[in-house]
Amino acid sequence: MSKEITMSSEPLEGYQGEGFLATSLDKAVGLARSKSMWPLPFATSCCGIEFMATMGSNYDLARFGSERISFSPRQADLLIVAGTIAKKMGPVLKKVYLQMAEPRWVLSVGACASSGGIFDTYSVLQGIDRVIPVDVYVPGCPPRPEQILDGVMQIQELVKNEPIRRRNSAEYKALMASYGIK
Amino acid sequence: MNPKVDNEYIVEELKLAFNDDILLMDESYGMLGLEIKPSKINDLLKWFKEHPVIKANFLTDICGAHFPDLKDRELAVIYHVQSMENNIRVRIKCFIPISSPKIASATNLYVGANWMERETFDFYGVEFEGHPNLQRILNVDEMDYFPLRKQYPLEDGTREDKDDSYFGR
Amino acid sequence: MQENYIKQTEEVPEYTYLNLGPTHPATHGIFENVLTMDGEIVKGSVQTVGYIHRAFEKIAERRPYYQITTLTDRLNYCSSPINNMGWHMTVEKLIGVEIPKRAQYMRVILMELSRITDHLICNSVMGVDTGALTGFTYMFQWREKVYDIYEQICGARLTTNIGRIGGMERDFTDKAYRLINEFIRDFPKAFEEFNTMLERNRIFFDRTINTGAISAERALNYGFTGPSLRACGVDYDVRVMNPYSSYEDFEFDIPVGEKGDSYDRFMVRQHEIRESIKIIKQALNNMPDGKFHADVPEFYLPPKEDVYKNMEALIWHFKIVMGESDVPKGEVYHAVEGGNGELGFYLISDGGRAPYKLHFRRPSFIYYQAFPEQITGGMLSDAIVTMSSMNVIAGELDA
Repeated sequence: MSKEITMSSEPLEGYQGEGFLATSLDKAVGLARSKSMWPLPFATSCCGIEFMATMGSNYDLARFGSERISFSPRQADLLIVAGTIAKKMGPVLKKVYLQMAEPRWVLSVGACASSGGIFDTYSVLQGIDRVIPVDVYVPGCPPRPEQILDGVMQIQELVKNEPIRRRNSAEYKALMASYGIK
Repeated sequence: MNPKVDNEYIVEELKLAFNDDILLMDESYGMLGLEIKPSKINDLLKWFKEHPVIKANFLTDICGAHFPDLKDRELAVIYHVQSMENNIRVRIKCFIPISSPKIASATNLYVGANWMERETFDFYGVEFEGHPNLQRILNVDEMDYFPLRKQYPLEDGTREDKDDSYFGR
Repeated sequence: MQENYIKQTEEVPEYTYLNLGPTHPATHGIFENVLTMDGEIVKGSVQTVGYIHRAFEKIAERRPYYQITTLTDRLNYCSSPINNMGWHMTVEKLIGVEIPKRAQYMRVILMELSRITDHLICNSVMGVDTGALTGFTYMFQWREKVYDIYEQICGARLTTNIGRIGGMERDFTDKAYRLINEFIRDFPKAFEEFNTMLERNRIFFDRTINTGAISAERALNYGFTGPSLRACGVDYDVRVMNPYSSYEDFEFDIPVGEKGDSYDRFMVRQHEIRESIKIIKQALNNMPDGKFHADVPEFYLPPKEDVYKNMEALIWHFKIVMGESDVPKGEVYHAVEGGNGELGFYLISDGGRAPYKLHFRRPSFIYYQAFPEQITGGMLSDAIVTMSSMNVIAGELDA
């Protein structure tokens, strides 16, 4: 777990003067995106309850710019998969992912979503990364809300530092193609 | 004044009504267990439900079990009925051969039996005759085996990170 | 012209199909309902379940007894301790162990705390579905307090894995007692505030009264148990009918409803929370002295310090962890009153290290069948409230 997570008060890199800041477009866009993630909770089981606790008043996901929980995949940037994904659910998950607009990120919460967890059985998908690409994995069965928050912050770090052309790059296209996504 | 309903009373009543059809009666951990011919299961459930004194009119559960070593009795269907009024539970078992796993459905007696029987079908392949919608319920429709039968493995089988030697297998 | 048009539509009713789920935010879990709609009126529903089927029963056939506790956690994850205790009691019944009174009282406290959290999650989410998000954010703070108590007792928050076969893993610490006392002191006041918000609220009345009703006769035929059955007026509660874990020592009432509609279910749960507080108070006041676990070395893990120093303890530890303890052959059915109703464990043991067959009687799996019947003829928005008032938990349903 990286300890050097930058806080939001840290200024952007760039040329700064009286009343202006010149920086690259990447950084400005990344900053804006990372502070207004709209998560789509794809909560299926136990981790879903912990995710509810994360949204609740004690842990308050809203502090990280994720006040608006989007229940429509069309208007979400972050897919939070919390809970066991059975093989019956796999195609549904992929469909939800495909409905999301680019750029999109995926946070896999809990052991079940990340690897199947204790359920190495005939009916459970052994990790959602067999169906969709995942950006950050949160371990735990279920993870504590602090861990989920840490996962969201890691996603924010990724979002902040993402080059603006990444989604058009050949590597990204190859990644998508490996999941059969055009 | 009704007689006290306990296991002895039920046994006496059963002997009068189903003398030859009951194959086995025992008591384990306070619960009366019966084994009955599969063809008579609906009669027995109905008898329990409509008996004026026992009033075992609540179907607690239906589940299956697989005993590969019992010849022609491989699959068991296990019913639990209870009487809330008399606070007594009874376990009823039927053994059926795996080659033709057929038994009458209890759905016309209890609506709630619907999903329990679908689950038993899904897990063990027991065909409940007269069931309105006997389909898989928990597993995907494409599944071509009955996963809880003993010969099928538990594991997914596609994991590459598991080394069997670490698990003593 | 106008009349003609109306007449024609009456002759040929046009139904639309609405796909509710499996990821619909209002369904609280993974259920799919394909509703047949006549305008806003529900005409029928086709349910699909099994979207998080995890094969608990198959796993249970491969795991030693003490490892199955971990599985039961994930059945009804809103009230894990009840499931854990239910499993421990099933095995204790099989091996014939009587656990000390103190451990039984500790278990009662934990089970009632988890009943509170289970009912809180259901009722506050019901508020969300009728348009009152406040209750949810308010009551989740109190769930966190219960989680603090769990953490103090077992170290985990949600999937607790609490207790052992043969008793509890450790005694309550002083801090745990303090937290429980603080909870039962402060929670009732906050709870009554939450209650006032919905109990006599006109909007809530209109949304819940007479929606999703079911008669007692139908409910029994469907196999309802728990609060959903009691809302129909049947006073069946496993805690009273077949008392386990010393429930016969406590004074408490069984609240019952009348019509079996969403409001009755809500009120039954609200009253049960009050009764649970009552039970916890009695258990704390009358907590007996003594040991917190029975003397069953072949099932109860020895203290860790002894394992390092004492040969016998090491052997027992090894035998338990490797699942080599002998269990009698037999069949046992044990039921506890879970958050949603009668949670039954049917265990067939052939004397091996794992159960030969373990079947969970999951209350919500059985009563969720009645959902189409309950919502047919009502509005779509009422169907959502009915579902949340039934407290159907996907993990328990699909097992």
